[in-house]
Amino acid sequence: MDLDKFKVHGEPLIYGAMISIALATIGILVGLTYFKKWGYLWREWLTTVDHKKIGVMYILAALLMLFRGGVDAMMMRLQTAAPEMKFLDAQHYNEVFTTHGLIMILFMAMPFIIGLMNVIVPLQIGARDVAFPRLNAVSFWLFFFGAMLLNISFVIGGSPDAGWSAYFPLASLEFSPTVGNNYYSLALQISGIGTLITGVNFIVTILKMRAPGMKLMKMPMFTWSVLITNVIIVFAFPVLTVALALMMFDRLFGSQFFTMANGGMDMLWANLFWVWGHPEVYIVILPAFGIYSEIIATFSKKNLYGYTSMVFSMLIISLLSFLVWAHHFYTMGQGAMVNSFFSITTMAIAVPTGVKIFNWLFTLRKGRITFTTPMLYTLAFIPIFTIGGVTGVMLAMASADYQYHNTMFLVAHFHYVLIPGAVFAVIAGFHYWFPKVFGFRLNERLGKHSFWWIVISFNVTFFPLFFLGLMGMTRRMYTYSEESGFGPLNMLSFVGAVGLAIGFVLLVYNIYWSTRYMPRDTTSDPWDGRTLEWATHSPMPVYNFAVVPKVRTRDAFWSAKQENMPLFEDKITKIHMPSNTGKPFILGVIFFFLGFFLVFSMWIPAIVAGVGVLIMLAAMSFDRDHGYYISVDEVMATEKKLMRGETV
Amino acid sequence: MKIDASKPLEYSTEENSNKIFGFWVFLGAEIPLFATLFTVFFVMVDRFASGPSGSELFEIGPVLIETFLLLTSSFTIGLAVHAMRLGYKKAMMVFMALTLLMGLGFIGIEITEFVTYVHEGATLQTSGFLSSLFVLLGTHGAHVSFGFLWGTAIMIQLWRQGINPATANKAFIFSLFWHFLDVVWIFIFSFVYLKGLM
Ligand code: HEM
Ligand SMILES: [Cu+2]
Repeated sequence: MDLDKFKVHGEPLIYGAMISIALATIGILVGLTYFKKWGYLWREWLTTVDHKKIGVMYILAALLMLFRGGVDAMMMRLQTAAPEMKFLDAQHYNEVFTTHGLIMILFMAMPFIIGLMNVIVPLQIGARDVAFPRLNAVSFWLFFFGAMLLNISFVIGGSPDAGWSAYFPLASLEFSPTVGNNYYSLALQISGIGTLITGVNFIVTILKMRAPGMKLMKMPMFTWSVLITNVIIVFAFPVLTVALALMMFDRLFGSQFFTMANGGMDMLWANLFWVWGHPEVYIVILPAFGIYSEIIATFSKKNLYGYTSMVFSMLIISLLSFLVWAHHFYTMGQGAMVNSFFSITTMAIAVPTGVKIFNWLFTLRKGRITFTTPMLYTLAFIPIFTIGGVTGVMLAMASADYQYHNTMFLVAHFHYVLIPGAVFAVIAGFHYWFPKVFGFRLNERLGKHSFWWIVISFNVTFFPLFFLGLMGMTRRMYTYSEESGFGPLNMLSFVGAVGLAIGFVLLVYNIYWSTRYMPRDTTSDPWDGRTLEWATHSPMPVYNFAVVPKVRTRDAFWSAKQENMPLFEDKITKIHMPSNTGKPFILGVIFFFLGFFLVFSMWIPAIVAGVGVLIMLAAMSFDRDHGYYISVDEVMATEKKLMRGETV
Repeated sequence: MKIDASKPLEYSTEENSNKIFGFWVFLGAEIPLFATLFTVFFVMVDRFASGPSGSELFEIGPVLIETFLLLTSSFTIGLAVHAMRLGYKKAMMVFMALTLLMGLGFIGIEITEFVTYVHEGATLQTSGFLSSLFVLLGTHGAHVSFGFLWGTAIMIQLWRQGINPATANKAFIFSLFWHFLDVVWIFIFSFVYLKGLM
């Protein structure tokens, strides 16, 4: 075997990364052993099938990836802060922007949202659990190990370097001979399968497990957004599955899908990628809309304005999201008719989105607004996202796009939609639902500090890029000359990026500080909430609700409080719960090795791992564990303890 | 677990009916998967570079046998479900075994076909057309092979535990999967082979 393939040469940065990965791993292993936490970790987390814990693990992983993607971003901004910088070379710049984009979208934004929906959706619909708790664990571990596979690429063999869109022929073996794009195809494939399973699971959960009385049009807006998102997942992800498989065949087995000779067709990749890729950005943005709707209603003390039009606008957006993909390559020779079609469909998306913006504004009107941290993010989102939307319409004009295409203007645009549209939303949702999961709030003063750092620095970082783009600075360019005049604005952008980093560090510090010092919440309803998740204890017991709630209105918990409508009428009965299992975790580990062996074309170990996957699937099929019951006495005891504010 | 006796066994618990619904949603995802593969195939169908085209390569004989086997197996799996509803375990096992054997026959013929193609110099690497042909057929074939293993696992459970809500549910879901593969094959038969032979 050729050991050289594994090595990544020469850079102090990479040795630094290797050493820090090694130290962190050793630190974790030693810590776990020293504090005797192995058993705890295995019993309570690695084998859990509880949707709340799985959600928490998703969010932890996403925060970790936010850090990794953020370090990538800082490196890029530093490298371009001044002309002729010598911090990264061209190859590393390529690897860094590629992994930055991939990680931010696939391993940060999407899992963060999946994490929130795991924690909250079953509670919002008054369910005991998701439809398939064990599959849910499978989803998580596939996502997690897919993400890990991509992450080790930096130190073993080299990262993908052809952009997060991996255009061919650039991403082909010929022009990208390292194993980087093998990692791309396999890491995304593994985590993508996990996402697809999540899609199926949550569609069934939402359609089949709602509390009695909760008609579709009585569902909370976040649940609606999650339902629509999962429908998009189920239709879009199979396209990615195929695209990645074809990429793998081209790179590992020499097939001719995207080659330049022998009948291959590079544009086929661009089409397949964006047929998935464009809906993907709505997969991260629609749930964000749902989160904002909940927060606005709660902190304005009003019903959401235009509920029905909110739902329909999301449905229309989800349909249109499948009809616009070619706006990503207007300039690649597809003719005026095709460009016009995609230009029109793209601009049409602005209409339902505008409807939503106006609905939020009308909800705010005459509301009794409280300016909590989640609300601040929501209020900041509205104008910033609007700038992103307006520049999006500018980009949607095919003829004008010949000017902006692949410039910093585009980079500014998509950060102006993705950061308020996804990142602010998950942070807002994180602050909003944190007390539900842990039983205490995050500190508001620290939260607001970090909010102002993040929001102001965001604009300092990205607004200059609009001008840089118009001045002609192209994207993915690792350095430029003094004479280009790009220097000062890039420096400004770097300063902004540092501010953003400070904001995120403050956010993490807030979590630490609040865990130690914030008073524990006794009411379980710290924000005077409207939806069912606030009707159970914080933190909630494994079974979510001792008695399944009866829903009569939208915002069921709010009406229960205002009009004294009882929510819980039935008597407590024994509760059926699924038991924990280690198989999903083991399956994830085996998939990780399968991916790794394939990346390096190590066929025999790969076959062994493949057989391992089949064995695990069979083991799951033969499993006869049908879960266990929690007796009435036990439920009563737990409820009593929770009432007294004790933890269970 | 509450068992609702008014429903067929495979639907009789809430978990069971959720599983069946979930599997329909999963088949909903298989549709775009195969639709994408077909689209790729149609884009590539005339791109044979220096390799052979479909009409030079395909032979109707084996393909007809494959079609016959798969269509018949779809019928026998239906009979297996019917026997299951009547509670005839033995008959059910026999029909499932027939189904899986025909699946195995199908895979055997497909592999022989692939080997012949490769011997004639038509490989995955030859042309865009052949790459997409192998991957489309291979994906379907991989589904059938996976189905064979899955079906075998279900038969073992049936044999050990008999027909109960859990095994009935699995067998029913398996039958949905098998019918789906049949439908995909009809598309392959019509739009890949028949059209290619023309
Ligand atoms: C936290 C602050 C962030 C900074 C400072 C930042 C900075 C950058 C920079 C400098 C580039 C490369 C521009 C180029 O050379 O072409 C880039 C690309 C990109 N960023 Fe960010 N980014 C941030 C956050 C995010 C987030 C949160 C997301 C997504 C949710 C995101 C998604 C992307 C994508 C998809 C690309 C394109 C990658 C490619 O060209 O292949 N970024 N970002
Ligand atoms: Cu797009």
